[in-house]
Amino acid sequence: MRYIANTAAQRTEMLRTIGASDVEALLERIPSKARLGRELGIPAALAEGDLVAHVRALAGQNADGGGYVSFLGGGAYDHYVPSMINHMLLRSEFFTAYTPYQPEASQGTLRSIYEYQTMICELTGMDVTNASVYDGGSALAEAALMAHGVTEREQVVVSGAVSPLARRVVATYCAGPRLPLKTVPWAEGVTDLDALRKAVTGKTAAVMVQYPNFFGCLEDLDAAARIAHDRGALFVVSVDPIALGVLRPPGEAGADIVVGEGQGLGNPVTGGGPYLGLFACRAALVRRMPGRLVGQTVDRQGRRGFVLTLQTREQHIRREKATSNICTNVALVALGATIYLALMGKEGLRKVASLSTAKAHYAADALGRVPAVSRRFGAPFFKEFALRLPKAPDRVLRALRKRKILGGVALGHFDRTLRDCLLVAVTENRTRAEIDAYVEALGAALA
Amino acid sequence: MNEYDKLIFELSVPGRVGFSLPDADVPEADPARLLPAEHLRTTPPALPEVSEFDAVRHYTRLSRMNYGVDTHFYPLGSCTMKYNPKVNEDMARLPGFARLHPLTPDEAMAGALELMVRLGEMLAEVVGMDAASLQPAAGAQGELAGVLMIRAFHLDREGSPRKKVLVPDSAHGTNPASTTIAGYQTIQLKSDAHGEVDLLDLERNLDEDVAAFMITVPNTLGLFESKILEITGICHAKGAQVYMDGANLNALLGITRPGDLGFDVVHMNLHKTFTTPHGGGGPGAGPVGIKEHLKPFLPVPVPSRDGERYRLDWKRPKSIGKLQSFWGNFGMLVRAYTYIRTMGPDGLRAVSDNAIVNANYVKARLAPHYDLPYAGHCMHEVVFSARRQKRQGVVATDIAKRLLDLGFYAPSIYFPMIVEEALMIEPTETEAKETLDQFCDAMIQIAHEAETAPETVHAAPVTTPVNRLDQTLAARQPNLRWRAGTSGPVGVPPAGRAGP
Repeated sequence: MRYIANTAAQRTEMLRTIGASDVEALLERIPSKARLGRELGIPAALAEGDLVAHVRALAGQNADGGGYVSFLGGGAYDHYVPSMINHMLLRSEFFTAYTPYQPEASQGTLRSIYEYQTMICELTGMDVTNASVYDGGSALAEAALMAHGVTEREQVVVSGAVSPLARRVVATYCAGPRLPLKTVPWAEGVTDLDALRKAVTGKTAAVMVQYPNFFGCLEDLDAAARIAHDRGALFVVSVDPIALGVLRPPGEAGADIVVGEGQGLGNPVTGGGPYLGLFACRAALVRRMPGRLVGQTVDRQGRRGFVLTLQTREQHIRREKATSNICTNVALVALGATIYLALMGKEGLRKVASLSTAKAHYAADALGRVPAVSRRFGAPFFKEFALRLPKAPDRVLRALRKRKILGGVALGHFDRTLRDCLLVAVTENRTRAEIDAYVEALGAALA
Repeated sequence: MNEYDKLIFELSVPGRVGFSLPDADVPEADPARLLPAEHLRTTPPALPEVSEFDAVRHYTRLSRMNYGVDTHFYPLGSCTMKYNPKVNEDMARLPGFARLHPLTPDEAMAGALELMVRLGEMLAEVVGMDAASLQPAAGAQGELAGVLMIRAFHLDREGSPRKKVLVPDSAHGTNPASTTIAGYQTIQLKSDAHGEVDLLDLERNLDEDVAAFMITVPNTLGLFESKILEITGICHAKGAQVYMDGANLNALLGITRPGDLGFDVVHMNLHKTFTTPHGGGGPGAGPVGIKEHLKPFLPVPVPSRDGERYRLDWKRPKSIGKLQSFWGNFGMLVRAYTYIRTMGPDGLRAVSDNAIVNANYVKARLAPHYDLPYAGHCMHEVVFSARRQKRQGVVATDIAKRLLDLGFYAPSIYFPMIVEEALMIEPTETEAKETLDQFCDAMIQIAHEAETAPETVHAAPVTTPVNRLDQTLAARQPNLRWRAGTSGPVGVPPAGRAGP
């Protein structure tokens, strides 16, 4: 048992110090009728070589972005991950550390979180950012709870063009406090502003939109913010942080809370998680913010140092009055995002976003010229767009997979009115040759 | 090395680049021609401009300002800081997992689904439950999922979710927080003189409005609740569900199972018992095991097996819904699966046996020097009180800081809250007797210093990059982000007054 150091002889010696005859003597408080009395019914241990072969075989059954050309999006994106990030994350002093409860022995983690908070504020145009929450969906849910706490209002209005998966997470979190979730329909791929105006009332705690939205389209943030603020509701925007390399930060449109899925910032798609929940807000709301915050301070010698701060908001104190239960966050993923943003810098991030926009628009034009295929929505879009197909998207996707192309996400699984539609994402990782091959393969699949 | 005091922003030089991106290979590359002007950013975000090597050296230096399990013994009670096997990392990084998109159709990700189904089955067996959901991203989210399933169960059966959840006063802080978020009123129960649940207080508070009793086993004092079968029986007699906080599951593997103790729900922290790394505060993973009657309420989608086929099952009308946008912290699941297959049944049992021996050994060696608030053999962790040292002017924080100087991370301190000056030590099974002896020697030295040289303890830590940080200043004048030109100690106005 290579992860356990003590030998049988050492254990006997330790038991002698303890004053116990054997391990069983230490378990006397466990009722005998609740004892398992047999081995656990799980497979026997595998030697490392056999185990690696077995796990490799499982991994090998998956159509991944390594062996396939991927146009999948819908909330998880194949952006390039610089090699150096993984090397830094595997530094065991980051990797095997715990939550920085002893700041003197955790300055590396604390400093990196402070850098992360700064960078996300810069990207979103907001005043403060927490040390991360689990993912984009739970971030949006936490925003709903926070808006409810701040406004003491009992209803949340969400755009139907927000990721349907994230909306389901919000609904789960809102079940406990019984916050009704009102969904506003979309028209032409963006939130129907007339419907939004009608839905928002004096009881609305938050108005939530996504930018770019689930269909890749760009919402009119200023108009939505005005509708929210006119009724005293908070305006919540869920973002793709990569997009903010070229798009206007929601802070400039009057957002009160900006959340988002930060996976694209230096983190591979990893089967859906762990991801990175971004959470930023206006300074005035900071004492209601869920999760951890790192602040700068000084030590006894006046040296600069960093600590977890404003923790009275967390469960440590007045714990039954907590407004969030988030404890462990995703510090290591946030570190990856911090290093990514450091490497990209202002110029690199703009370039990632520009290349994604350019290639997505090229792909949309080229795919839209395939006979009987058309763009579903006319609204401006960033790196993702919906296509209408003359044939069931699932069948088309199956045909494309035979050519090692993951052609997109069939939208009918999320919205029956879009069952002839495919959501296609194009990042800077896709080459013109790959896009052209997709165009050809789509043509063949529909012929 | 310890003198390093830079933020990445302070290394920035205009025009320096750390990225390598291709030139556009499509005709139109300018977003200003592709997108309407009102959507475009006018000023770039003030991100740093550094070379790749600048970043490598900076983050390597930052890493050396941290203590991790690979560098230091980390006896942080209730956190189970055991060794994180390296093979786990290689497996999680296989392209078929790391580069697998979550919206890949089921038939094209059969291997990932099979891994999830098998892991769920193995975890259910380890905790004696009928099924497990792998979706919760952390223990606290597992708690929320569990309480929401209990809520849905009562609502379905009785037409009402009931109103209250009971927790002991020794509970983890997330327990009351999670029940509050789930819409319940939390009632705190007193512990008895032995540090266990007070059965009289439980019966006094248990009525038809109690949805659940939420309890940690072994409890946060490191003690097994000897009356646990009575407790679960009493709760069930009133129609209440019993929830086990599985943070301390490392003590029970192959010995006894929450399901066999009468629990209806248990969450497991994969980053504790099942060796996925803590990462300086996550990502974690908090699967929830449940008994048969709660199956209809599992979060969607449920990874399922239909004969030879694996799929995500979405058709569950009574489900509590989703907790994460996708299917869980899949990368963590790969690591935990790898670990369990490395260990097998005898390996997992050996984990708990050795964790318990290690904790009792530390207890035996330190008992003459630190007060033990509760008697009896402990399980995988032991809680001391520094009240004897406090009389000499040395408190738990001082002891923790002194340990940092002596080459160890600190125990959990001031938790559980029912122990004065608590020091909660969890050695785990992966630490060798030699390390435990060095740690005990250091603890004994500190107890001696408290009597003879308290100023040494008060001055600690002196070997770390900084010493005793001003928490009050940090909270009174929050400085939560860097701004150009304010690189000196603090200097940003209070965040509370900065907003529009």
